[in-house]
Amino acid sequence: MPSVHHVSTANGDVLLLIGTMKGLFVLRSNRARKHWETGGPYSVGSPVYAAAFDQRNGRRRLWWAQQSFRWGTILNSSDDFGKTSTEPETYSIKFPAESGVALKNIWQINLNAPDQPDTIFCGVEPAALFVSRDAGSSWSLVEGLFNHPHRPKWVPGGGGLCLHTIVPDPVDHKRMTVAISTAGAYRTDDGGATWQARNQGIRAEFLPEKYPEFGQCVHKIVQHPAQPQRLFLQNHWGLYRSDDGGDSWKDIANGVPSDFGFCMVAHPHDPDTVYIVPIESDEYRCTPQGKLRVYRTRNAGASWEPLTRGLPQKNALETILRDSLAADTLDPAGIYFGTRSGKVYGSNDEGKSWQLILEGLPPVVCVKAAVVGGSGKPTARAAKKTARKVRPKPKAVKKPAGRKVARARAK
Amino acid sequence: MAVTFRIPSYLATFAKGDSSVVLQDVPATVQDALSALWMQCPGLRDRIVDEQGEVRQHINIFVGNECIRFTGGLTTTVPDGSEILIVPAVSGG
Repeated sequence: MPSVHHVSTANGDVLLLIGTMKGLFVLRSNRARKHWETGGPYSVGSPVYAAAFDQRNGRRRLWWAQQSFRWGTILNSSDDFGKTSTEPETYSIKFPAESGVALKNIWQINLNAPDQPDTIFCGVEPAALFVSRDAGSSWSLVEGLFNHPHRPKWVPGGGGLCLHTIVPDPVDHKRMTVAISTAGAYRTDDGGATWQARNQGIRAEFLPEKYPEFGQCVHKIVQHPAQPQRLFLQNHWGLYRSDDGGDSWKDIANGVPSDFGFCMVAHPHDPDTVYIVPIESDEYRCTPQGKLRVYRTRNAGASWEPLTRGLPQKNALETILRDSLAADTLDPAGIYFGTRSGKVYGSNDEGKSWQLILEGLPPVVCVKAAVVGGSGKPTARAAKKTARKVRPKPKAVKKPAGRKVARARAK
Repeated sequence: MAVTFRIPSYLATFAKGDSSVVLQDVPATVQDALSALWMQCPGLRDRIVDEQGEVRQHINIFVGNECIRFTGGLTTTVPDGSEILIVPAVSGG
């Protein structure tokens, strides 16, 4: 077994939680985000697809999901950055016996329920949502989604039938959007009792009917809290924006080398800015032309620009998975991603330039960023920036003439 | 006579630190034996079987030298004096 190093943190430090196929690594830096100390690995030998840092209600708690190859999937926590961890005697997230299914993996740990500092959501495989209202002590299955009449027709994607994305509305406590591969986006407006498919305008290239009610393979959905009605979506072929909370979606693949990809993250202070890493195709699943390029829109998808400074531009056949792109909340924001080849890159200037933070890790499946001691809310300066950006009506999406986007062949 | 479970080292934490657990009442089947084991060591249950009571895919249970996958699964009978071994499978990636 590898030796385990534990990081020591101070308020203002930036943490990166790196979930890999062989355990969790915890990286720490100061505000400059130039030099990183590596902690871990924790849950050595097990895939860690989900991690989160909970600092609500005075906690300093790391959460991570350990998919033990032998012993099943366990939700672990640590209140001292990994020095000691709590592995519950009986597993906290389990399907009821009468459900007929068993937990395979936890894909998402979400702490973003507005004004509910003891609420945690977990998205799991097989696709379902669990909620804890007591800071993780007890969990229950969200029955409204589990009993959805569409569920028997949901089918697994390459990664399994997983609920991998949870987007609680930052204003309306009863509204939440989730994404399931392969089922699509679903939204509740009544606190989880009922759910409706919200996939209008999203294509399903692999189905006979290209725009079905459900069955899409949504890879990631992001939202900026200042504009809760606006959502961005990276699909299995397709890049979309919704300006009506997911009721309808518009194609925004304007100037990207491919509209296939997995990951997506919203800028913490600018609701018009989103980052993605396009992938060449669903067969090849590597960065196009051997160039590692993060793409950024600063106008809500009207156009995208490649960000390449510091990233390899030849022989870089990389794959960045759906949860492996993250942003911190500092100003300027830090953007981070991990690759399937075990590299972690970071930018401390919002993507203008990049540095290789760490390499030689097992395949990276999850990257999360947090500022220790931060509330997760923007600073006054950042909030001002956000306020300047929030407009009463979003810009109409116009496709620039002459720009070619690699799309699915059948389109 | 009795039946003895052999516990892998990783799970000893959940068996009061022991590498074996003895059942004084001889169970009829492996299912009965496991139910008795959970009573003594509740932390073992979720690690050995899933929510549906199925033995996890990469764990093998032997009664003596026979893997229960080939002898009737959880309905395999347990002779008095048996050793039941819980063994992590030789698999991985």
